[in-house]
Amino acid sequence: MSAQPIADNLFTEDMNALIGARNKETGQIFFPLPLNPAGNIEPIALATRGTVWTYTVQRFPPKPPYIGPTDPEKFKPYVVAYVSLPGQTMVESRLTGIEPDDVKIGMEVEFTVIPLDPDAPPEEQLLIHAFKPVAGE
Amino acid sequence: MSDVCIVGAGIHPFGRTEGRDGMDQGIFAVRQALADSGIEWKDVQFAFGGSAASGSADNMVSQLGLTGIQFINVSNGCATGGSALNAAVSAIKSGEYEMGMAVGFDKHPRGAFNADPSAYGLPNWYGEAGYMLTVQFFGAKIMRYLHEHDISRETLGRVAEKAFRNGVKTDHAWRRSEVDLDTIMNAPMICDPLTKYMFCSPAEGAVALILASEKKARELGVPIIRLKSSVMRTRPAGSFEVFAASIDNERGGTATGIASKAAFEQAGMGPEDIDIAQLQDTESGAEIMHMAENGFCKPGEQEQWLLEGRSEIDGQLPINTDGGCLACGEPIGASGLRQVYENVVQLRGSAGARQVPGDPKTAYTQVYGAPGVSAVTILQR
Repeated sequence: MSAQPIADNLFTEDMNALIGARNKETGQIFFPLPLNPAGNIEPIALATRGTVWTYTVQRFPPKPPYIGPTDPEKFKPYVVAYVSLPGQTMVESRLTGIEPDDVKIGMEVEFTVIPLDPDAPPEEQLLIHAFKPVAGE
Repeated sequence: MSDVCIVGAGIHPFGRTEGRDGMDQGIFAVRQALADSGIEWKDVQFAFGGSAASGSADNMVSQLGLTGIQFINVSNGCATGGSALNAAVSAIKSGEYEMGMAVGFDKHPRGAFNADPSAYGLPNWYGEAGYMLTVQFFGAKIMRYLHEHDISRETLGRVAEKAFRNGVKTDHAWRRSEVDLDTIMNAPMICDPLTKYMFCSPAEGAVALILASEKKARELGVPIIRLKSSVMRTRPAGSFEVFAASIDNERGGTATGIASKAAFEQAGMGPEDIDIAQLQDTESGAEIMHMAENGFCKPGEQEQWLLEGRSEIDGQLPINTDGGCLACGEPIGASGLRQVYENVVQLRGSAGARQVPGDPKTAYTQVYGAPGVSAVTILQR
């Protein structure tokens, strides 16, 4: 068995995008798709490129229900951002491939998936969503 | 229409009191408020009260006296106290009652509030992947605000510095020693741009207020503090609230903005008429945003305000004169009522070392909490 998504219905089948929700009446798009969507809600693949609207850095290991690495020796602070997807919504997401101190509001980022615990054996890894700086930016 | 008046106020010191549970702290505050107004428990015709973590407020009757009164429990998150007050005011305004009580108390364990994703309609992965932390919301929200309005991070530090300075002078405060700006700025970062000293902590404490019709207040012969407004509102579309896996690209207003506007209208006043303000300061950034959301300055002017000391006790508009949540800690059920208590003390001129000079006559409170609730009061002497 290889790495698995942390939850069902989070990513599209090819793992190339997040699944969001669209209200057919109002056109409002949001994330994530509710577990039991109402009749007026349809799934939609979210855009894979956007800009950082704001961010913060989780500097200490969270308590449960968090299930990622918490060993204070090994815990690596992670960036939590709101990424604005044009014409859709702003998605709360980790940033990857960038040091916390280098993050800038307005920077262009693209969708990716990362393991929740990079040190876990590959077959036990849970995949979560993230955005990374667009190469060459 | 005649005003509803605050005729008694009591507080149990905030912070940590080993060996005394939240409800007992509530009882302590009620007894103090009764003594303050010169009445007895049997004179109280009704009560609204609440706590987030310390049991049902109506159980207080077993200690206060089984007088059979109407006692309604309020559960409205961080606006619990404000909502209890709001309901008590309405009960008197309606003419059904002449005198009643609003009470809030709490006792929380140490450390950040734990939250369960399902309680917020969120899937489990949201918590498992490390998003279920209120501190992230506060960091991300003020990060954007500082960026949009060109405010320095040092301004956040100045808010905390002021809070601790005021806390030194406040009997009911938890943090009673000054912390200098360098220490605040260089303290461990919790969630950027907020350091350890810029966050309030869950705490313990209780506040009780006795309210009466104007007629009843005159009969009692106590100093009269009029409640010109008491307003509670929920969020509009496009607000930015805690535990949001997504937010709309199109930004909107805030619960505080709506509540503030309604409160000023109700009182027939504007921000320029206010002499003292107690604003929700869950963390330094909240005080900065709330200065503007309540209309006391324009977004971006806060840096200058703090630099010039305009929100100090002797400034043009003293803000959080008792050190706010930063110095007092946050017992959810009691926090909003603490702000009103502080204003009552200030308007009576009995705030001692932290007394606002110049004989203040109007005072404003604003409490804000998850998931986008806000309660505002305006008092006048």
